Amino acid sequence: MTIQFNRFSFTYRSQSEPTLRDINLTIEEGERVLIVGPSGSGKSTLAQCINGLIPFSYPGTWEGDVLINGIDARTLSLFDRSALIGTVLQDPDTQFIGLSVGEDIAFALENKQIARPEMHDTVERVARLTDVAHLLTHRLNDLSGGQRQRAALGGVLVEDANILLFDEPLANLDPLAGSEAMALLDRLQRETKRTLVVVEHRIEDVLSVPFDRMIVVVDGEIVADGHPDDVLSDGSLTRAFLREPLYLSAARWADISIRPDDKPSQPEAFLDRFERQPIVSRLTTQTLPVPSEASPSLELDHVSFRYQTDETVLEEVSMRCEIGTLTTLVGQNGAGKSTLAKVLSGYQRVTSGQIRLNGTDVTKQSIAERATRIGFVLQNPNHMISKQTVREEVRYGMQALALDADEEERRLEETLRRCGLYPFRNWPIQALSFGQKKRVTIASILVRQPDVLILDEPTAGQDYRHYSEMMDFLERLKQDGMTLLIITHDMHLVLEYSDQVCLLQAGRIRYAGEPFALFAQESLLRHAHLKQTSLFTVAQHLDIEVQPFLHSVIQAERKERSQWE
Amino acid sequence: MGVEMLGYIERPSPVHRLTGTTKLIGFLLWTTATMFTYDTRVLLLLGLASIGLFLVSRIRFREVRFVLVFTALFVLINAFAVYLFEPEQGVVIYGTRHVLWEGIGRFTLTAEQLFYLFNLILKYSVIVPVAVLFLVTTHPTEFASSLNRIGVPYKVAFAVSLALRYIPDVQQDFRTIADAQEARGVTVTHGPLLKRAKHSLNILLPLLFTSLERIETVSNAMDLRGFGAERKRTWYNQRPMTRADYLAIGLVLLLTIFSFSVTFYDGSRFYNPF
Repeated sequence: MTIQFNRFSFTYRSQSEPTLRDINLTIEEGERVLIVGPSGSGKSTLAQCINGLIPFSYPGTWEGDVLINGIDARTLSLFDRSALIGTVLQDPDTQFIGLSVGEDIAFALENKQIARPEMHDTVERVARLTDVAHLLTHRLNDLSGGQRQRAALGGVLVEDANILLFDEPLANLDPLAGSEAMALLDRLQRETKRTLVVVEHRIEDVLSVPFDRMIVVVDGEIVADGHPDDVLSDGSLTRAFLREPLYLSAARWADISIRPDDKPSQPEAFLDRFERQPIVSRLTTQTLPVPSEASPSLELDHVSFRYQTDETVLEEVSMRCEIGTLTTLVGQNGAGKSTLAKVLSGYQRVTSGQIRLNGTDVTKQSIAERATRIGFVLQNPNHMISKQTVREEVRYGMQALALDADEEERRLEETLRRCGLYPFRNWPIQALSFGQKKRVTIASILVRQPDVLILDEPTAGQDYRHYSEMMDFLERLKQDGMTLLIITHDMHLVLEYSDQVCLLQAGRIRYAGEPFALFAQESLLRHAHLKQTSLFTVAQHLDIEVQPFLHSVIQAERKERSQWE
Repeated sequence: MGVEMLGYIERPSPVHRLTGTTKLIGFLLWTTATMFTYDTRVLLLLGLASIGLFLVSRIRFREVRFVLVFTALFVLINAFAVYLFEPEQGVVIYGTRHVLWEGIGRFTLTAEQLFYLFNLILKYSVIVPVAVLFLVTTHPTEFASSLNRIGVPYKVAFAVSLALRYIPDVQQDFRTIADAQEARGVTVTHGPLLKRAKHSLNILLPLLFTSLERIETVSNAMDLRGFGAERKRTWYNQRPMTRADYLAIGLVLLLTIFSFSVTFYDGSRFYNPF
């Protein structure tokens, strides 16, 4: 089964510019192909042209050819294609159709009118393949992120489709679940020899298993297409503002040339390129700021929380965040991170314990009172946005504060400028990108001038460039004295940006303190589904101290980013 | 999380074990029986039976309290409205007039009217708990397969079941959005009614967008897995009818025939104690 794009261009009906331009691409049977690109580059559009959502669900102008096994893709209906191409969509939570695992896996078989006994047999066989056989009767809502991903995979595998297509399979997974998901894909592909197409921008995580080809899409065009070793050496990732694997950033910092022969796509092989002595001489020591007379902003004292009848979700959580610091909150899906954020911001009332803000007990305050001091930015911007334009939305945040008109206008303008939204102030919000929407929700909270800002996965699903813009922005807020608490799965973010990290596991704090020290405790990390980044592997390989090494690489990355226009 | 309304509640109970088809047929028969009769004796019997069913189903009152209290309120308002429009309806029906209080103008209070309103309320009290019970004990997709089995096209049946399946999700979205509004000092749970109504609009827009987003993803996922390609489909969750199913249908059928015969025995749908 081959997929062939010949001089193919596509323009969505609602857009004037083509999203894909002059694509020439052939994917052979049994190949493993990784498609990467920044947000809005057209990589997902490319995937939709393969699985048929384009043009059947998203019509537009189609130029050139897409051939699947030599047949014009437009003549194959969505249903014809579903038998050839199995797709796992980006967000496993919303793509489930059944309520239980078994039922969801069976969905495609039901549509093909497979008789019930045979259907149950097939579902069981596939469930064993993806390791969810013991979960068949479980409700999907009760599963962990990794289990859900495996269930979604099962639902696609039942069809025996020859091509497996994954749109950002790692988007909502914690680091360990992510590498497990990739290992499963790797094993399945080896066993069944199907064609594997993965669209992802977490390049380092996805390359934990081998790929035959890596394709870089920028602005609707293919700018690189070759073996991952070639693509990783020719600089196309940095030109596309994508994050290369961290150990390659380290190599570039150390002026080690990256050549295809060094196998840069395989960290173990590439490690040999690093030499201890030249690196040690380059290390810059980080002058850690002396902790000034620390004044606590937010303090939690033995906070417990449970939903009406369920088991305890938070158990005796105690932590403190100092003024002008950034604390990251990490842990497995379902460890209680979002619940903790909701308890802090007053969305949920604590069952016992005390929350103090600047020394005052705020435990009993209503959500509206609490929210004037502690702002909470939800993960899904659509949950917060209720006005049509950027300006209205940000202004709306102030309406309960009863400010006078001048003050309101002044804050509005200041916040819009600070968040980089001023040029868009009159735009309809629904026309903005995901990252911009996220920024609008942050602005609508910032304009209220809270003391503490809590953000639930502010960088999820954003490419390197948007990620850096967001984090640099948050860092500036911190320097202006804001206390920040950020929920994240991104280990490098924790190391680069946080002053303190709190590890939550099954509702309890397992670690609270300096980030580097957490990453030294390997068994703790494993239990919490977290991973060291590849920079640790390099440092261990060279037997050098991790902290100055990381600091040096991060500084080099920052310098490089500062040259982006 | 927290309390969900009207979503499927999993429990090991005989009611849950019945197939969706049985529950659907039972529910339809039960409703027809109750719709036709105003006979107090029949209604009381059906009422007792529905309480019995509730106990057997192991669904706790607390879990469906919100819906029940909400509908109870509506039933009371409805009864009150009936009284306002026809204060002497009972007198017309039962043919006698026992005045309890002369009242003001046309608003008299008669034993017949009270009895009539009592029957009206009783009628709803028999239907609503059974309807709620049906919704919370029937697995959404099994519900779809049952609808399909009794002749509803599967696409329609599936649409209904998807709607049911998303009730808890939409409720949760609603709660999150309402909290996010409240965090900006915009409340919908207290304050003057007009203001609350205005603020509700601020929840509807985000709720609409999140729901549209959900619908788009799920309909794509369904398309990609071949939904709607064939004229028929099979159902993973459909279970074969067992003896318990035939027994249950038989019982409800008997109950229905009994209530119909009692109701129409003396030519009037009303039981007349006067």
